[in-house]
Amino acid sequence: MSGARLAALARKEMIQIWRDRRSLWIALFMPIMQMGLIGYGASLDIKHVPVCVSDREGSQASQDLLKRFQASAYFELVGNVADDRALTAAIDAGRCRIGLVVPPDFSERLRDAGGAALQAVVDGTDDNSANVAIAYARAVVSGYSADVRLDFLRQRGLAGQATAPLGVEPRVWFNEDLESRAFIIPGVVAMVMALIGALLSSLTIAREWERGTMELLISTPVRPLEIMLGKLLPYFGIGLLDAVLCAAIAVGWFGIPFRGTLAMLFSTAALFLIVVLGVGYIISVLTRNQLGASQIALLVTLLPTTLLSGFAFPIDQMPAPIRLLTYLVYGRYYVTILKAIFLKGAGPQALAAPILALVAYAAAIGVLAARAFRKRLV
Amino acid sequence: MSAAQPDRAAVVVDRLVKRFGTFTAVDGVTFGVDRGEIMGFLGPNGAGKSTLIRMLCGLLRPTSGRALVAGLDVAREPEAVRQHIGYMSQRFSLYGDLTVLENLRFFGGLYGVEGREFAARSSWALEMAGLRGRESTLASELASGWKQRLALGCAVLHRPPILFLDEPTSGVDPIARRAFWELIQQMAATGVTVFVSTHYMDEAEYCHRLALIHRGRLVGLGAPEVLRRHALRGALLELECEPVGPALEALQAAPGVLDAAVFGSTLHVLVGSAESACAELPAQLAARGVRCTRIRTIEPTLEDVFVQQLGAGAPQEGAPP
Repeated sequence: MSGARLAALARKEMIQIWRDRRSLWIALFMPIMQMGLIGYGASLDIKHVPVCVSDREGSQASQDLLKRFQASAYFELVGNVADDRALTAAIDAGRCRIGLVVPPDFSERLRDAGGAALQAVVDGTDDNSANVAIAYARAVVSGYSADVRLDFLRQRGLAGQATAPLGVEPRVWFNEDLESRAFIIPGVVAMVMALIGALLSSLTIAREWERGTMELLISTPVRPLEIMLGKLLPYFGIGLLDAVLCAAIAVGWFGIPFRGTLAMLFSTAALFLIVVLGVGYIISVLTRNQLGASQIALLVTLLPTTLLSGFAFPIDQMPAPIRLLTYLVYGRYYVTILKAIFLKGAGPQALAAPILALVAYAAAIGVLAARAFRKRLV
Repeated sequence: MSAAQPDRAAVVVDRLVKRFGTFTAVDGVTFGVDRGEIMGFLGPNGAGKSTLIRMLCGLLRPTSGRALVAGLDVAREPEAVRQHIGYMSQRFSLYGDLTVLENLRFFGGLYGVEGREFAARSSWALEMAGLRGRESTLASELASGWKQRLALGCAVLHRPPILFLDEPTSGVDPIARRAFWELIQQMAATGVTVFVSTHYMDEAEYCHRLALIHRGRLVGLGAPEVLRRHALRGALLELECEPVGPALEALQAAPGVLDAAVFGSTLHVLVGSAESACAELPAQLAARGVRCTRIRTIEPTLEDVFVQQLGAGAPQEGAPP
């Protein structure tokens, strides 16, 4: 290993990155763009579900109930419809996701012991949103129903027995507001790093082959390991810069809490980058052309990291074989690590398992990458 | 960096073979080259010149046979060989997005030429390539002649005792080519061994020795003037005939004619005896309806030698076109 050759390669690569505006854009603006897009787009919370109302009674009681829907942040009353047909039309047209039908005998039945029923017609095309919306609607209705019962009992002088005997008061830790954004965005940081790192490093060796500079490079006494390290060193720096950039966007823009230490962030980012850059480099060595390499890097990185890393879709809820598969996805370990660093402020002890998994991955990829490139033309 | 030279032989090639699948690119080539010699590889595109050079540089592993460069086996110690050689590939392979000086600095770094030595060598290379004052021009923006000389400069920064140049002047204008060859000869004069492949016949004259290569085989080896005088057994005639096609057919069938080939608008005919051929050929051609306007004895060029040797090297293929 020669320091002079390593330095010559790293300096050359840096000059080339600086002059190639395309890789500069990928390195610096893609993280910002992806953080913005995924950060805003990937919220799993459901708010302001549009609701159409068909109030067949128009009584004080029905208006009270509907006002509770209006007051909730989860619903937004977008219009009144006269009958079922108009309601169906409104849902078909996508003007609302839920239609609430208040029956004509609503207040009368409310006073009876049998109780009143409210019909909710839900657009089930998006089952997740539908389930969440139904749950929210139930909550609104049961809140209303409890109040009605309380009033009823009070009127009969039985207020003393009106409080519920047992209740759960949940206390949520780490993501106190249960915002899905806080859960997702640390994972987005991992995804962006995986994507950018693999994409940029997948071009390195392929570019030399494509431009015809590889032949001359091989004819010099430079060692394969020097080529690998010299080429990846600048991208390692860019990757760390991107990690800081993404973390800054997560904290400064999206208001995600950062409870961990910068040392943890940097050291785990460095570890993850070794894996990511190694994967891109191996792809580059094997394909020898930039377009093919970048396509494969995208495919290999994007799909597993999006679907199987647990960045948005919880791994616990996957079927067992898929769950086993996620252990192969290096993104999963880093997503776990980042979420814990951001939200819990976790240190090395708490994260020993995923960190060791990444260390093992980095070692394996490092060895493969170091052996991948041979100084031969064919 | 100067190599230990145990003996005068800079390069020894012994029955070297390179196969790609079923295709034999280099087929049992044997020769030796001394220090300070300019060895030319002459042959048409696809003859195996580049493959041969790439094996000698350790870029391709020989299928069989042996090659020693600076006393080192290219198959066993390719890295050690690379310390002793400079290589210029067929295609321009410097970094177009780096400036002239950045390219020199990069290759200087790879070869361990640094500090004061780099200052001296890069300054020499800039002078040699005529690039002084253009240090910060991007290599891609240079005209082809300058590109080639910059590539040469990068290849010799570390003072390699052996230099491999694979078609260094293709696509370069004639004046730049001449300048380039003067540089090569200066280097050879200081003891640098130079291998150069070309398909320009005129360039072959600059070489001390030539290896004629055809279909992966060595079909002729010697100094240009020796090849010219002795390779042809017989005398060479130049004929101007109308029409050319039937004339060629008639000549190839004529008694006393060893070989006949089209050269531009004329025909070159190798005959056993110039006098009898000059006397008899016009009549024989006229009998076939070919009119001969001119017939004369000429000095053979390397091209004649080459065409003749190709016929000898690939007899199963018959006479070359």
